Amino acid sequence: MQWRYDISGIDTVTLHFGRRIDAALVAPIHRAAIALKASLGARLLDAVPSYTTLLLRYDVLQDDLASLMGQVSEVLNQLPDVTEDVDAELEIIEVPVFYHPSVGPDLKRLAQRAGFSVEEVVRRHSERLYQVFAIGFAPGFAYLGEVAEELSVPRLANPRAKVPAGTLGIADTQTALYPIVSPGGWNLIGRTPLTLFDQSRAQSSLLEAGQTVRFRPIAQDEYLELGGRLDDLPWGMEPGLEKS
Amino acid sequence: MTHSRLGLLIEKPGFLSLIQDAGRRGVMHLGLATGGAMDRHAWAWANYLLGNCFGAAALEITFGQVEFVSQLSTSIAITGAEVTVTVNGASQPLWATLSLKAGDRVALSAPRAGLRSYLAVAGGFSVAVGLGNSCATLHREKTGGLHRDGQPLKAGDLLPCESQSQNPPLQRQVPIDWIPDYREALILDVIMGAQIERFPSSSLECFFTQLYTLSPQSDRMGARLNGPALEVFGERLISEGISLGAVQVPANGLPIILLNDRQTIGGYPKLGAVTPRSLDALAQRQPGSQLQFRPVVLYEAQRREKAFLNFFNKTL
Repeated sequence: MQWRYDISGIDTVTLHFGRRIDAALVAPIHRAAIALKASLGARLLDAVPSYTTLLLRYDVLQDDLASLMGQVSEVLNQLPDVTEDVDAELEIIEVPVFYHPSVGPDLKRLAQRAGFSVEEVVRRHSERLYQVFAIGFAPGFAYLGEVAEELSVPRLANPRAKVPAGTLGIADTQTALYPIVSPGGWNLIGRTPLTLFDQSRAQSSLLEAGQTVRFRPIAQDEYLELGGRLDDLPWGMEPGLEKS
Repeated sequence: MTHSRLGLLIEKPGFLSLIQDAGRRGVMHLGLATGGAMDRHAWAWANYLLGNCFGAAALEITFGQVEFVSQLSTSIAITGAEVTVTVNGASQPLWATLSLKAGDRVALSAPRAGLRSYLAVAGGFSVAVGLGNSCATLHREKTGGLHRDGQPLKAGDLLPCESQSQNPPLQRQVPIDWIPDYREALILDVIMGAQIERFPSSSLECFFTQLYTLSPQSDRMGARLNGPALEVFGERLISEGISLGAVQVPANGLPIILLNDRQTIGGYPKLGAVTPRSLDALAQRQPGSQLQFRPVVLYEAQRREKAFLNFFNKTL
């Protein structure tokens, strides 16, 4: 496995595995994180995977740079370049989504832009598997890729002040679910009834970097049955937003 | 309402008062900030004075003006910002243990110097740990803290603690040499990062020679600076994990030092990282304070950090 590192702080190093965003990097970075956590145990305070990197935070009372990197090198250089059977180790998380303008106010605009029906947008969005490239922005906020080119659409020029938890959006070639209510500039196309982040759960975040996600379109009935909620106010009625 | 619990009853919560400890571990990969006490120097001393272990939760009070009543006999210590502390109206020393009886009223003024006060209690506050084995309050995330909702203290909150068990109570004060002067000009130590190649040498020279001013827009996420803008080559980087103290330079060229409540990943070019010991001192500078930067080598920065941690980790 090809890698290099640089010093990014008094107790952090950043491991680099590539130079550009590439779906093929997700699995190796995930495997590296797992192997390093297993080998270093409590000596590793944090391991933060992102698109091309893995940030390691260590305990300066237990390790200096040389001792840490000695062990990191040993672990990483023993990892194979590729696993033969990549598909077999895929851990697929299924996320039910109610794709509908009532919870996805940008869905119709996206369809018009791409020259598809709404149904076709849903089919094309839900037919592929997505990988979690990184978690960031907010607790449990997963950057998933990659969206089909014809559905790729830039972020909104004016972010919404409040996007409800569970809402699914697209920005450029990535798609993501908002785990908690937050401001947001992604194009919203639907919503999941699942709770993506809950600090009282043993596994607080449903999604983690390295996982694979499949979206399963569901109808309103199932969405409501699974605990999904519809908004009190229709989109477009919120102050400061133009009707689309 | 639990009637059996006693503690410190908050009457005036001040501008921003947060339960903080040493911060979270092992949860950054879930997008969770580390949080934790901003000035570990004052926070660790407050706990040390009371014989609490390193890492015990204390109250971080930003800009003073807090008033509370103790419902039990205990000892407290208040360190950090230069405030006037009174117990039942009588002035009391900072950086020293104070014995309280049930019914005693404690008040902190606004600071004359410094920014954050740390209030510790004998035995620590009995606040449940949550994410990352910490009770750090993360306002933006709505996680952690007294009620695990990330909210700052409000009037009527009860900070639960135990009655003083040591008899006679510890009587300690911090040696004068260890009490910082927050009015002193501050020079921050920076470990240079690999991305310095993104900055022209004129920008690096500017950063390490010119004065910067701490902006009032600073918060627990980042210290924003006003001063000469820095030039950066190239585009935004691919988002990557962000270290504590990272000095990132966005498009406007004004550096931001990323602090305890920072986002976990980001893509602005970084010059390097301010050391944790320097961040402790920075946490006590009020907006408008002047700052300078100097490079430090990793080995030296780690030596100082270890000396700090070892002092407070040793048997009390």
